[in-house]
Amino acid sequence: MRNTFAETFHDAGQNDERLVLVVADISPAGSIAKFREAFPQRFINTGVAEQIMIGLAGGMALRGLRPFAYTIATFSLFRPYEFIRDDLCYQNLPVTVVGIGGGVTYSTLGSTHHAQEDIGLACGLPNMAVIAPCDPAETRAATLWCASQTGGPVYLRLAKAGEPNLTEGAEPWEFGKVRSLRRGSDICLITYGAVLKLVLELAAALEAQGRSVSVVTVPTVKPLDSDGIVRALHGHAQVAVIEEAAPNGALGMQVKALAWDSKASCRLDSFALDDAFHHVYGSHAELLERHGLAVPAILARLGS
Amino acid sequence: MSGTTSAALRRCIGFRRRILEVSQQVAALHGAPAFSALEMVDAIYHALMRRDDDGTLKDAFIMSKGHGVIAQYVVLESLGILGRQDLEDYCTAGGRLGAHPDYGNPGIEASTGSLGHGLGLACGMAYADRLQGLDRVTYCMMGDGEMQEGSIWEAIMMAPNLGLSNLVAFVDFNNFQGMGRTRDTHPHFYPVAEKAECFGWEAVDLDGHDWAAVVAAVKGRQGGKPFLVVARTVKGKGVSFMENQAIWHYRSPNAAEYAQALDELALAEGRIPA
Repeated sequence: MRNTFAETFHDAGQNDERLVLVVADISPAGSIAKFREAFPQRFINTGVAEQIMIGLAGGMALRGLRPFAYTIATFSLFRPYEFIRDDLCYQNLPVTVVGIGGGVTYSTLGSTHHAQEDIGLACGLPNMAVIAPCDPAETRAATLWCASQTGGPVYLRLAKAGEPNLTEGAEPWEFGKVRSLRRGSDICLITYGAVLKLVLELAAALEAQGRSVSVVTVPTVKPLDSDGIVRALHGHAQVAVIEEAAPNGALGMQVKALAWDSKASCRLDSFALDDAFHHVYGSHAELLERHGLAVPAILARLGS
Repeated sequence: MSGTTSAALRRCIGFRRRILEVSQQVAALHGAPAFSALEMVDAIYHALMRRDDDGTLKDAFIMSKGHGVIAQYVVLESLGILGRQDLEDYCTAGGRLGAHPDYGNPGIEASTGSLGHGLGLACGMAYADRLQGLDRVTYCMMGDGEMQEGSIWEAIMMAPNLGLSNLVAFVDFNNFQGMGRTRDTHPHFYPVAEKAECFGWEAVDLDGHDWAAVVAAVKGRQGGKPFLVVARTVKGKGVSFMENQAIWHYRSPNAAEYAQALDELALAEGRIPA
């Protein structure tokens, strides 16, 4: 996703002088190096200083530019949170805050580098849109949308590098819309972000048990496609939300609220990261497993 | 004293009078922190900011010490950018002006109120102007308590890197903050102007109530770098019982105090040379 973001930003930035990248000592390699070389004035590194990264982006947006602020998600969202709230959201400015390594992607770096709570925190901000692509293809579509929109601030939550493309052939990406990746009749799995890979493995395991499985991605977590979620809730006897984010304010809670409001009768489970710091280091899959996000554990809770 | 300076000082007496008048409608309006910045805000709007042929302001002003915005409101009212009714409706549900600047209101170019935000925004605006080939100077007013925010120093570190010679920032150094004197809170923090110079700014230290000195310093700057005016001021300046008294950071005078303040301003006005 990181490389796709860099390529896409480079492509868009070549044709639009309003696009500026502000980074805080963390930059995607590859295409961004080319962008920096070609447009040195539209690439700013503030160093290890995230508040001024957001302040600069806000000031530039007040003057008609469309800045992207980019660093590791904990530092792009948590560290300058009040600057994002006041400078970007309160003034409703078209700045894209890019968070790399959402969730527990940086699985060996410890909780200082885990953006577990990012979805709930970003969704809690008035005017903020929250986009969390699940693969490079969604990343490209989302980045192009962010580069062209003038509505207001966006939190673009990415994983890191090397994710496979999992949505090829699906219906087109559209801001604020869920996407159906697979249509079944028994159980619907709702997800977003890089954890889709695990969800597709889960879907295969459920199908091996003889169940017909739908998979829906929610690339735009805010504003939420309520109609799309309600359709899933009312079209299946069982629904599960699986997300790589701490539960408070994240998608699972929102889907449960929609289920209540729409009087859904399906069985509904939600699987998220724990509301806890785990002192565990290992692969991304191992971290997810420690948080309860692994195929066997989810299968056991879903029943058959 | 030149006629221009006398006219400016008379305007500032009028602004203080108007702020006191507005204060009688509300329980609190941050009068004292506005009084310390008034000569500078007047100098920025009346002597420093340039105008296009049609009279619209070409340069920009950000009140980073947002609690002092009543100083900006009365100046904007005098320029016809805000209306009399806007001030009459100050801090009421039917009006549009609050105790802190709200982006979108006439003449207000950024929402501030939380300290430490305005300078970073001003840096972004000045850089965008440069990038887009626009000849515009961005002025920014900070408080001395505000200088304790780490974000201010991130901006001070960044501005020279970006070559922001089109940025002019002020510190309204009235030596007060919420819980006392700024010099008592951080006694080892001073002086400030030299620190900015070390970071790559051009800086000057002067009397912030000396209108002519403020104008001369900004107009006479060498240029090529961002410029910082560290302005020694008196909180509550112009009304004896409000000067250097922390309580006047926030509260409005009662009827008797209001009458006394108006008397003092009338006396001061009489002493201004023609």
